[in-house]
Amino acid sequence: MTPSCLAIRGLGVETTRHGAAVRLVDDVSLEVRAGETLALVGASGCGKSLTCAASLDAAPPGVRRTAGSIAIDGVEQAPADIRGRLVATILQNPRSAFNPVRTMRQHAMEGPAARGVPAAGRAQRIRVAMADAGLEDADRILALHPFEMSGGMLQRMMIALALASGAPFLFADEPTTDLDLIVQRDILDLLLRLTREQGLGVLLVTHDMGVVAALADRVAVMDAGRIVETGAVMDIFHRPAHPVTRGLRDAHLSLYRDRSAA
Amino acid sequence: MSALAAKNRDTEDRNVRARRRRDWTMAGFIVRRLLLLPVMLLAASIVIFLMLRLGPSDPALDYLRLSRVPPTPQALDEARRALGLDLPLITQYADWLWKALRLDFGQSYVTSRPVLPDLLHYLPATLQLAGAALVITLVISAPLGVWAARYRNGLPDQIVRLIAAIGVSMPNFWLGFLLALLFSVHLGWLPAMGRDGWRTLIMPAAAISFMTLSINARLLRASMLEAAGQRHVTWARLRGLSPRAVERSHVLRNALLPVITATGMYVGELIGGALVIESIFGWPGVGRYAVSAIFNRDYPVIQCFTLLMVAIFVICNLIVDIIYAWADPRVRLAAEGAP
Amino acid sequence: MSSLDAELAGDLASHDLIPPHAHGRRGFWREARWPARIAALVVGALALIALLGAWITPHDPDAVDLAIRLQPADAAHWLGTDHLGRDILSRLMAGATMSLGSVALAMALILTAGVILGGTAGFAGGRVDQVIMRVADVFLTFPTIVMALFMVGVLGVGLTNVIIAIAVTHWAWYARMVRGIVLSLRRRDFIAASRLAGASPTQTFIRHLLPATMAQLLVLATLDIGHIMLHVSGLSFLGLGVSAPTAEWGVMIADAREYVWTEPLLMFWPGLALFISVMALNTLGDALRDRLDPSLRAEHGH
Repeated sequence: MTPSCLAIRGLGVETTRHGAAVRLVDDVSLEVRAGETLALVGASGCGKSLTCAASLDAAPPGVRRTAGSIAIDGVEQAPADIRGRLVATILQNPRSAFNPVRTMRQHAMEGPAARGVPAAGRAQRIRVAMADAGLEDADRILALHPFEMSGGMLQRMMIALALASGAPFLFADEPTTDLDLIVQRDILDLLLRLTREQGLGVLLVTHDMGVVAALADRVAVMDAGRIVETGAVMDIFHRPAHPVTRGLRDAHLSLYRDRSAA
Repeated sequence: MSALAAKNRDTEDRNVRARRRRDWTMAGFIVRRLLLLPVMLLAASIVIFLMLRLGPSDPALDYLRLSRVPPTPQALDEARRALGLDLPLITQYADWLWKALRLDFGQSYVTSRPVLPDLLHYLPATLQLAGAALVITLVISAPLGVWAARYRNGLPDQIVRLIAAIGVSMPNFWLGFLLALLFSVHLGWLPAMGRDGWRTLIMPAAAISFMTLSINARLLRASMLEAAGQRHVTWARLRGLSPRAVERSHVLRNALLPVITATGMYVGELIGGALVIESIFGWPGVGRYAVSAIFNRDYPVIQCFTLLMVAIFVICNLIVDIIYAWADPRVRLAAEGAP
Repeated sequence: MSSLDAELAGDLASHDLIPPHAHGRRGFWREARWPARIAALVVGALALIALLGAWITPHDPDAVDLAIRLQPADAAHWLGTDHLGRDILSRLMAGATMSLGSVALAMALILTAGVILGGTAGFAGGRVDQVIMRVADVFLTFPTIVMALFMVGVLGVGLTNVIIAIAVTHWAWYARMVRGIVLSLRRRDFIAASRLAGASPTQTFIRHLLPATMAQLLVLATLDIGHIMLHVSGLSFLGLGVSAPTAEWGVMIADAREYVWTEPLLMFWPGLALFISVMALNTLGDALRDRLDPSLRAEHGH
C-alpha cells in the first residue's frame, strides 16, 4: 500500500537572463525508492537544489519548469497534490524557512490542517514526531518563535514536521549545511536512523561527499544542469566513471589524505 | 497511565506559567512606552514655549491690541508685568508648566475665556473626522494592495497604480470641493455642510483619506511582494499549504507589519487634513478655532492647541507601537529596552 | 581572506572607488518611458512659466475690472475671468511663480538644513550626533501640518513664514536620511583614500561625501517635493500664505470658495494646476528613482 518508487522524469528548468532563456536544469531523471537514500551531488550552482524545488513546482520567482513530470509508482502526479502529503521537504538554513512571527505550534498545525487531518489527532502526532526527532520538551518548544531557537533545534523541528506529515518520501536539500559540526553529525545520525526506522525514500541534495558517504545508498552526480552519472555509493567512490564524479571524489579524499600525511 | 497523566499535568503547568510570563513581558513593554509619554510631551512643551517666547512677536502688544487698549508705553509695561513677561524665561516656563499640569492653559486674548475647555469643545469633531478617514484608509487600501500584489503587473495592479498616482497628487481641499459639487450640487445625495450623522461625515472623510489610502495601497503591495519572496513562503508551499492559506498566514500576516508602522504617520497626515478641510464642509472642528487664533496672534490658544495636537499624535503613535509589538513577537520578546 | 575578496569584488562591482554620483545621467531621456517623458516636459514647462511669469501673461494678473467679472471662456480670456474681472489664465501663470517658487525655496531650505545637520551628525558622530538626533526626534513628534500652523502662529502670517514653517517641519526627516547615508558611506574605500591623501575632514566631507549624498538626496527630494507642494498650498488655502491680491493657486481656490456652487470653474482651474504639477513632479521623481537607485522603492509616507 505504501508507495515504493518516486520518479522525476525529464525535468527541465529555465530562467531568463538579459532577455535570453537560460537552461538551468536539462532533462534530469531520477528514481527514489522506499527505504533508500539517493544522494544528488554536484558543485555549487549545478542545479541540484533547483531540481528538488522545481519538481514540486516550488521554484523561486523568475524561474520556471519547462518540462518533466513527477510520478509515484509509475502514476504521474500533480505536484500540488503530493507536496506535503507524499513528499515532505526539509531545507538548509532552517532559520529562514520558518515564519519569524509565528510559533512552532502554528507551523505544526497548518500542515495537518491543509491535509484535512481532524484537529483531535494533530497535537499527538506532532508530539510523537518531535520526540522521534530528538525534541524532548514538546510543549515548551511549540510555544517558541524561530528567533528563540538554535539552528540545530530548528532543523530537528523541520524534520519533525516532515515526519508528522506521514509522507513516505523526503526531499532533503542540504540539511546539514550552515550547522555547527557537532550539530551536523547529530542531524546526520538522526536522518540515518529515521530513514531506516520508517523506511523513507530520501532524495538527499548535498555538495559534501562526507554526507554522501554517511547516508547514501545510491548517488546521482549532476553537472551544469545534467545528470552525468548514477550508481551505488560504493561504485561512485571506488570506480567513478565520469570525470566530474572523479573530481568530486578526489577533492573529498584529498582532505583526508593530507591530514593522515601530517 | 497515571505517570503519563502526571507528566501531562506538569507540562500544562509549565505551559500556563510560560504564557503568564509572556503576558507580563507585553505589559512591561506597554508600561515602558507609557513612561516615555510625559517625557516627550515635556520636550515638546519646551520647544513650543521657547519658540513662542523667542519669536519675533511681542505678546504684550498683541494682548493690548486684542483688548482694544492703545499701546502706550505705560500700557505695554503693565501688560508685560501682568503677563509675567519681565521674569526670566525659566521662571516663565516653570509658571506655565505648573499651571499646565493643573490643566490651566490661560485665557484667550480674544475671548478672555479659558483656553482648554474651548479647545476640548471643538476637538471631538476633528477627531471624529480624522478617525473616519483612518477607517476608510485602512478598509479601502487593504483589498486594493492585496489585489495589486496578487495580480502583479496585471490589470488590477495597473488600476491600483493609477489610482495611487492620482491620490498622492491631489490636493485634499480641491478634492473636497469636487466631491461636494458632484454629490451635493449635481446629484443631491449628500448634504454639503454641517455635522449631522454619517451623511455629512463621508465626503470630508473621503477627501482626507484619498491620499493616505493611495500611499497605503502601494505600501501594502510592495510589502506583500517582498514577503512573498521570503523562503518561509516557499517552504510553506512545499509543506502542502494551499495558495490562499500561504497568502493569508505567511504573506499577508508578515506584510501587515510595515503597514502598522506607517499608520502612525497616517494619523498625523489625517489630522492635518481634517484641520484644512473643515472649513469647506462647515465641520465644527478645532481647525477653524486654531486658524483664527493664528490670524489674531492669540498665543495662549496657539500654544495649547499645538500641545494638544502633539499629545494626541504621540498617544496614537503609542497605540500603534503597542499594536506592532503585539503583532511582531520579535519586538516584545527579544529586546528588553526596546528598539 | 575570502571574505575580503568578496568585499573587494562587491566594492568594485558597485564602482566604489569612483564616487557613486559619477554614473551617467545622459541616458535618462533615452531610457525613460512615456509617462516619465511627459512628466519631464510638464515640469520643464512649469519651471519656464514660473521663471518667466510676469512677462508672458496675456493680461495683467492683478488688473481688476468689475465690468467683466465672472465671464466664461472666450477669445480674449481663454479661461474666463474671476469674481473681480481678472483674467484667470494670467493669474494661473503668475500663480505658478508663487506656488512653484515657494516650494522650491522651501525645498532648498530643507535640503540645506538636512545636509548640514544630518551630515554633521553622521560625520562627527559621538556627542554631536546624539544631540542633533535628539533634537530631530523632538521635531518628528509633531505632525507636519500642526507644526506648520504653530510656526506660522509664532512668526506671523505671510508667504515667507509659510516657507520657513514648512522647512522647519520637514528638516528632521531629511537630516535623518542624510545621517544614514553618510554613516553608510563613511566606511567605503574612497573616503579612506581621501583621508590617506591628506585631506582634512571638512574637505573630505565636501569633496567626496557631499556629492555622493546629494545623488540619493535629490532622488528623495523629487519624490517628496510634490507632497511638500500640497502642504504649502494647503496653508495658503487657509489664508496663512500670500495676501490678496497676489496670485497663488492655493489662495485662488480659497477666493473661489463663495462661488463654488455657482461658478465652479473658478475653483477648478487652480486646483487642476496644482494637481498636474504635483503629479508631474511625482512621476518624474519615480522615474529618477527607478533610474538612479531602485533600492529606494520602499514607500515612505509622511
